[in-house]
Amino acid sequence: MRELNVSVITDNLKDMCIEAAHYLTDDMKDCLNSAEKCEESPLGRQILEQLKENLDIAGKDMIPICQDTGMAVVFAEIGQDVHFTGGSLEEAINEGVRRGYVDGYLRKSVVSDPIIRENTKDNTPAVIHYDIVPGDKVRLTIAPKGFGSENMSRIYMLKPADGIDGVKEAILNAVSEAGPNACPPMVVGVGIGGTFEKCAILAKKALTRPVNKRSDVGYIAELEEEMLEKINNLGIGPGGLGGSTTAFAVNIETYATHIAGLPVAVNICCHVNRHSVRII
Amino acid sequence: MNKTISTPLNDSIINDLHSSDYVYITGTIYTARDAAHKRMYEAIENGEELPFDVKDNIIYYMGPSPAREGRPIGSAGPTTATRMDKYAPALLDLGLKGMIGKGKRRKDVKDSMIKNNAVYFAAVGGAGAILSKCIEESEVIAYDDLGTEAIRKLKVKDFPVIVVIDREGNDLYETAALKYKKD
Repeated sequence: MRELNVSVITDNLKDMCIEAAHYLTDDMKDCLNSAEKCEESPLGRQILEQLKENLDIAGKDMIPICQDTGMAVVFAEIGQDVHFTGGSLEEAINEGVRRGYVDGYLRKSVVSDPIIRENTKDNTPAVIHYDIVPGDKVRLTIAPKGFGSENMSRIYMLKPADGIDGVKEAILNAVSEAGPNACPPMVVGVGIGGTFEKCAILAKKALTRPVNKRSDVGYIAELEEEMLEKINNLGIGPGGLGGSTTAFAVNIETYATHIAGLPVAVNICCHVNRHSVRII
Repeated sequence: MNKTISTPLNDSIINDLHSSDYVYITGTIYTARDAAHKRMYEAIENGEELPFDVKDNIIYYMGPSPAREGRPIGSAGPTTATRMDKYAPALLDLGLKGMIGKGKRRKDVKDSMIKNNAVYFAAVGGAGAILSKCIEESEVIAYDDLGTEAIRKLKVKDFPVIVVIDREGNDLYETAALKYKKD
């Protein structure tokens, strides 16, 4: 049994919020660089150039990459041999988010009630997904999610008879409808299988996988590549203003499902696909 | 085509802007997003005065991140214009000439733009750091309690935008994708 004071979680999450808002991971930066070389549209290339420059300024001058610094989505994978001390884990996570957003000059975009809509002024609460895993470590992932792209995400409860063609159609449909609203070039996270909520969580988790890493499942890896090509053939392009770079990657996760169903969730993320991971 | 314009706008400026033009804006623009639009819309319905005169002006759909010390504003990129579609025609009827955002507009907004001789510009979504460098001053002028959603008066210099929908209703989102679409 390993004892871990929850203040360690708070301290790490605070830094991770600030880090994610100002820096992208290397795989995302590589995508931007190579897309600029391949983009067919002159305006598209100009926009990609602007996005690269934006990323440089964000890190250098500590100005968030995007003003929508998102709602904080936290994946906490907790080793079953960890014993938390010093208070509530959930409170500690929210305190980390609070400090990150307040001290880090990040935008407070969360309202306490979806109908009454009063801003909580510290960007809490976070959306937290817990997993209990073997071991005595805690793996924290923070993925602040902007809502321009979140609003364009979709769930399709397909029938088994729809099969893989139905899945392809659902993904293309979601991306086409999203178009310029989701700030392309996008990253497309897809969850297939499970239940209504499980496929949505899988789709969200898919967005945290490096964009240059394909699925370990052979036919899914092929599907990811096929869908990326099909999406880029839509012509939506950078900023939705036409071009050959509509998405950087399609990341797909799957899970077992029921004999009667084929749930598909498409969680779209803009080119500011932020996440920060730490193992504690 | 690259163009430079100054605010306030007038019909001769609008008449010269065409879908796909790359435009640099200098002058005063105003920010408003969801919550501020809701309040302005209610004010119009109740016959009350708006916090600023929208006539010949540009509204930027934007809610910034907080400014660090010594800077006028934080990250300041566009938000999705589609969410403001419900409110836009009422403001266009009052003489609003330009809107800056990103994302598609509804048909009734386009019709209102044609009727009122107005344009819709896109700024590049997710480029809030670089766009903030074109903002020289920022002042909250109304709805302070809304935080990031308050109405701000901005002084901008060479603020880069692209004309998406022009006064004739030509929509770059519809035409540009077709050009690069492959079967």
